[in-house]
Amino acid sequence: MVNVNNISKTYNKGAVKAVNDVSFSVEKGELFGLIGPDGAGKSSIFRILTTLLLPDSGGATVAGYDVVKDYRQIRSSVGYMPGRFSLYPDLSIEENLHFFATVFNTTVAENYHLIEDIYVQIEPFKKRRAGKLSGGMKQKLALCCALIHKPTVLFLDEPTTGVDPVSRKEFWEMLKRLKQQGITIVVSTPYMDEATRCDRIALIQGGSILSINPPQQIVTAYPSPLYAVKATDMPRVIHVLATHQPPFNSYLFGEYIHVDMPGMGDQEAVQVLTDVLAKAGLDGIEVNPVTPTIEDCFIKLLTT
Amino acid sequence: MRTIKFLLEKEFRQIFRNRAILLLIMVMPIMQLVILPLAADFEVKNINLSVVDHDHSPYSRQLISKITASGYFRLQGYQASMKEAYRFIEQDKADLALEIPSGFERNLIRENEQQLFIAVNAINGTKAGLGGAYLSSILRDFNQDIRMEWIPPMRLQPLPTIEVIPKNRFNPQLNYQFFMVPGILAILLTMVGGFLSALNIVKEKEIGTIEQINVTPIRKHHFILGKLIPFWILGNVVFTLGLVVSWIIYGIFPQGNIMAMYGFIWIYLLAVLGFGLLVSTYTDTQQQAMFVMFFFMMIFILMGGLFTSIDSMPGWAKWIAALNPVSYLVEVMRMIILKGSGWSAILPHLGILLAFGVVLNGWAIWNYRKTS
Repeated sequence: MVNVNNISKTYNKGAVKAVNDVSFSVEKGELFGLIGPDGAGKSSIFRILTTLLLPDSGGATVAGYDVVKDYRQIRSSVGYMPGRFSLYPDLSIEENLHFFATVFNTTVAENYHLIEDIYVQIEPFKKRRAGKLSGGMKQKLALCCALIHKPTVLFLDEPTTGVDPVSRKEFWEMLKRLKQQGITIVVSTPYMDEATRCDRIALIQGGSILSINPPQQIVTAYPSPLYAVKATDMPRVIHVLATHQPPFNSYLFGEYIHVDMPGMGDQEAVQVLTDVLAKAGLDGIEVNPVTPTIEDCFIKLLTT
Repeated sequence: MRTIKFLLEKEFRQIFRNRAILLLIMVMPIMQLVILPLAADFEVKNINLSVVDHDHSPYSRQLISKITASGYFRLQGYQASMKEAYRFIEQDKADLALEIPSGFERNLIRENEQQLFIAVNAINGTKAGLGGAYLSSILRDFNQDIRMEWIPPMRLQPLPTIEVIPKNRFNPQLNYQFFMVPGILAILLTMVGGFLSALNIVKEKEIGTIEQINVTPIRKHHFILGKLIPFWILGNVVFTLGLVVSWIIYGIFPQGNIMAMYGFIWIYLLAVLGFGLLVSTYTDTQQQAMFVMFFFMMIFILMGGLFTSIDSMPGWAKWIAALNPVSYLVEVMRMIILKGSGWSAILPHLGILLAFGVVLNGWAIWNYRKTS
């Protein structure tokens, strides 16, 4: 449904490389995630695929149409939800939805089945102006407006940024149901924990794609066992692990420090780590093996 | 067509929802039309005069009373010397100082000639120029009177004098309001139309809604038309209100063809709104659009022939005025409202503005990019 071939895009006459030779393809009915930190080039890729931005080089097709030549067909067959809320704040929920239905030459009633699940949640407030809605409700409305013309591909640029955890979870449930209706979805997010909800993810950093795989595969491909370490004086733990000879590959992860222990069994690794920390005079030492998350994989890809 | 209908529906909803702006659009022009023509008066009155009379003769007294009786001058006092009179001017208490030399009466009669001295404070150029001119004409009059008094009337050889009797066509009483009100209405219409359209598309850019519009199948010319038509209608409402106000308050009603007036306004609004939309497509924020519009508005208004005559501008300025839509509107409004012109007289203006409208709107459509 989406084919991207070696696209590049620079800003400020080449000074800023936003997208650097990116290629990927998305199958029909797939939920594809672009995962990466802010400024990784996710939005630029979305803007190229929705015909808002022209690539400097390379090409892409969406639903079989070329993003440069057939921009008109693409505009009527894709749904796009920009990262920033961009519906009319002075129009009500109902009016926004109606407006976007009509500009796509359709009616709300015609494709109501697509948005029903989502719309019923915001329907009680349908007379309220879009600018006065909460973050979560805004996102739901934006999703409804992006869906109302029955797009074949849905592009969602950071739909969950700035939304509370409960609404985020709900939002991903909605995407799952849309996927079941056969809509191809390309979604971007800076939240690594959301990556596992995608069929396949592309990890992206500095405009380049680091890896494209199903999230499970990315996790299992993590090359070495991983351990979560904790002690009472955490800043010192970081220091001890980093200055040890040879140094451990370690980084702060939530309230723990994750440490790579290549080529060692569980028991041995736990023993080695505990010894190192105890020798440094630390107490309250905790060392547990953990399964790597997408974030661990991302950090691993960035450091190697 | 269907798309335009929905776009218009949306625009009007947004306009009517923004009560403050709607009120400003309607009330502001009316207020300004009521207040401005009363204050923006070209006639100079209350010129402060300081007199240094070294003569103290019946003639000098006669002259001074003639000057003060004209109604344009306010006698601020008699000074003993020019030095004192200058100080008066420096302190801004007097705009003009008139010096009557000693022996004024005697020399005038004996030598048939006498000189007077007028010092003018020229900080306010208009006041100085007009005050000097008024005073000179009063002196000339006075001169004539004296001459008549001293030259015995000759039956066979009458003194050849040329008397000019002007007749003011179209505005017999030289009522400056007849001149100003149509001009101010022209400016108000330009400001309302220009600013509203200039700030509109750029507002969609600023709040990001244009991003969503750009991925829809809405065509560029649909979008521009959807912006143009609502403001065009609003412009007509503002103009009609203005006409009603000038009729009720100033008794000014178009002497010429009212349909020709509206026909011209319709084309004029296309041109001005097109200019605003063009500015809107080039700028990224409302602030930028605002300043760009201010820049052009100042030029449009000051070089539009409302305050100063375009005919007396230097050659290059005439070229700028020829590209200034306001100059055509001011001219046409005076033609139709005062002179009573009809369609045939305004056709050239109509043609030029139609060209402006087509070029500016076409340019705006061309420059509005859905893709960057």
